[in-house]
Amino acid sequence: MVTFTLNGKELEVKEGTTLLEVARDEGINIPTLCYHEEMSSYGACRLCLVEVIKRGWPSIQPACLYPAQNGIEVNTDTERVRKSRKILLELYLARSPDSQAIIDLAKEYGVRDTRFKLKESERSDCILCGLCVRACAEISKRHAISFAHRGSKRAIQTPFEELADVCVGCQACAFVCPTGVIKIEEAD
Amino acid sequence: MEQEITTRVTPISAPSEMTAMREQCKDALDRRKTTFRVCAGTACIAGGSLDVYEELKNQIKQRGIDVDVELLFEGGETEAGASKSGCHGFCQMGPLVRIEPQGTFYNKVKVDDVPNIISATLEDQGVVEELLFENQDGSRAATEKEVPFYAGQKRIVLGGCGTINPEDIRNYFAVDGYQALAKCLQDMTPEDVVEEMKKSGLRGRGGGGFPAGRKWESAAKATGRPKYIICNADEGDPGAFMDRSLIEGNPQSVIEGMIISAYGVGAKYGVVYVRAEYPLAVTRLFLALDQAREYGLLGENIMGSGFDFDIEVFQGAGAFVCGESSALRASIEGLPGEPTAKYDHATDKGLWEKPTVLNNVETFANVPIIINQGADWYASMGTENSKGTKVFSLVGNIVNTGLIEVEMGTTLRKIIFDIGGGIPDGKPFKAVQTGGPSGGCLPADKLDMPVDFDQLKEVGSMMGSGGMIVMDEGACVVNVAKYFIEFCNDESCGKCISCRDGSAALLNILERICEGEGREEDLETMEDLCHCIDDASMCGLGTSLPNPVLSTLHYFRDEYLAHIKDKNCPAKVCKPLFTYEVITDNCKKCGLCFRNCPSDAVIWKKKEVAEIIQDKCVKCGICKEVCKFDAVE
Repeated sequence: MVTFTLNGKELEVKEGTTLLEVARDEGINIPTLCYHEEMSSYGACRLCLVEVIKRGWPSIQPACLYPAQNGIEVNTDTERVRKSRKILLELYLARSPDSQAIIDLAKEYGVRDTRFKLKESERSDCILCGLCVRACAEISKRHAISFAHRGSKRAIQTPFEELADVCVGCQACAFVCPTGVIKIEEAD
Repeated sequence: MEQEITTRVTPISAPSEMTAMREQCKDALDRRKTTFRVCAGTACIAGGSLDVYEELKNQIKQRGIDVDVELLFEGGETEAGASKSGCHGFCQMGPLVRIEPQGTFYNKVKVDDVPNIISATLEDQGVVEELLFENQDGSRAATEKEVPFYAGQKRIVLGGCGTINPEDIRNYFAVDGYQALAKCLQDMTPEDVVEEMKKSGLRGRGGGGFPAGRKWESAAKATGRPKYIICNADEGDPGAFMDRSLIEGNPQSVIEGMIISAYGVGAKYGVVYVRAEYPLAVTRLFLALDQAREYGLLGENIMGSGFDFDIEVFQGAGAFVCGESSALRASIEGLPGEPTAKYDHATDKGLWEKPTVLNNVETFANVPIIINQGADWYASMGTENSKGTKVFSLVGNIVNTGLIEVEMGTTLRKIIFDIGGGIPDGKPFKAVQTGGPSGGCLPADKLDMPVDFDQLKEVGSMMGSGGMIVMDEGACVVNVAKYFIEFCNDESCGKCISCRDGSAALLNILERICEGEGREEDLETMEDLCHCIDDASMCGLGTSLPNPVLSTLHYFRDEYLAHIKDKNCPAKVCKPLFTYEVITDNCKKCGLCFRNCPSDAVIWKKKEVAEIIQDKCVKCGICKEVCKFDAVE
């Protein structure tokens, strides 16, 4: 067991429990886009960031990955956290300006507009959270899709962009997609 | 390979044999009365040094002199021979040739110069005056020591680079090579080795600056088995070539450092993660590993001590981010080269979840020197918290482009002006970017700052791996920031939105400013975004990518404002933000601008002042460049 404080409250939890799991148990709201409790944490959406003070040294950490540790002090709603989270939501709005899920989430945190602009080729309703990749690998165990390329060219693809013969059409990828960008087509 | 060892090799079977081995190799090489040492680093090779080398060999042979190295090792002696070496550092003046033992130092040597060099050296005992380095006052420097570029340096790690043949391990033996390992195996316990490293104060040279001894201590105490030693040679910063030059010039020193590290922490396996884009370094590394194995310095029962360790080479496939430790490990493990969040230390759970020491090339190359000369000697160099020396690659608008090594704490002014020779054509210094794309851009008032890990951090930059890009007044800092952000956007793995889309959004703003469409609120927007990218990104690439923007915003805010408010690029780089005009009073009506303009934008008639038609001007700057009367501005 480890003991630490979360928003001023002292807690004792099992070693290896992530800050996000503890916070959700405590009824603290932390936004996420790439997290699903049935799958491994990936830490790509960055929205779950919280402030962790360890040995007097504050840093910003993703709650979905960071394990609760003895003696740390965690704050989920500091000025620094709120500011970075809002800017991230502005980036999401710049990336996926037409996605209702993103618009709604941003609105929830008081972000209605974005100061940032991305090129047409950099915009997409796919936010590269990787939930579909993990669902396919961890739940369906098919590995039909994965990340390809890097930087702004990063995309979710089947091998060689061809129809993946390992895909069984289970639709798990579409089910977990937070922006609904994966569409299912019936084969002839 | 050029210098394959054909003499039968007897492996070293006890550490005590190393002394005899050194003397034997030293004696053998000394039996060659004159050596023409040709730089065979990448830059000199590109300049044609291998042709010079071949020609030297041929012409020496034509004089009836046997140039076969093996002859020396079989007890014979010879009048003269040519030998390749790694980078001498003075890349600007390559191809370089040094005559040993005299020390005569020739630069910009061409094949045609070879007959003169040979006859001057072997017949007249003289020098070829015009190939010696010319000082600014017109005098000539006969040896390296007299050249200002070398005079201000302390070449300790680079000591072997440029003086020994990197393709023949016996050259390394002759300069105390593997004496440090022998000393460790014979006289020191693994604990002693770690203690010595801690005492030396050596900090990781890859950029992080973590104390190497403490890292080794953690790995030594870790309980997991087996343990790994990784050498990070995935050097990717634009303008940086320290690691490449070290591997090309003295690969055995890096290997010996790794073996000593392995002995200290109890590791069995080592990996060198090197860029595949460094073909010469890779070739020499493989050759060096083979030769070390032949002599029983790698593999099972090293020097008959019962200690086993071997090294594999892993070639990176071209992703900058793989220089980041967790991405590097993922890459070796066959996973995509993508950083992962690690809350355990690599010294406990690193490669394959086993205790791992990951250090940079230069860090390992320091190790044999520390063991040989002692931690106290090493710690006597440098500043309070940054000991020893640091290798830098000096590039950009600088007279002496090259590879240098200075004591920690040397000022930027000494590095750039004394060693680097200052800015070409006497132009004013504007800024220096240290630490590569993750570093910062420092202005002239920081020139007297001593360079070490902490000082650089304090002023908003970083040591990084040691790239130093010098800029004159012709560099636009907004454009420089744009260049580095573009680089990071391209090299981001794309996992964290803050790094991937954050850098794209930053780039978008910078592009707008460079096109004259900047808005005053852009500066605050960029600062907000930069702090978010730093806070929200997972790995070092993301957290440090805002540095070029933040440091230029801090030190050169006026230049941003000139772009935004005055629609003017003072450095005349951002094309929409400046024009070229003819200064009527200065124009001598010569028509040179008219004749050289590639876009017919200059109107000129005999005996008339030239005029530039802005609609046609492509702002190439040729008119300004060719004008002899400063009549184009």
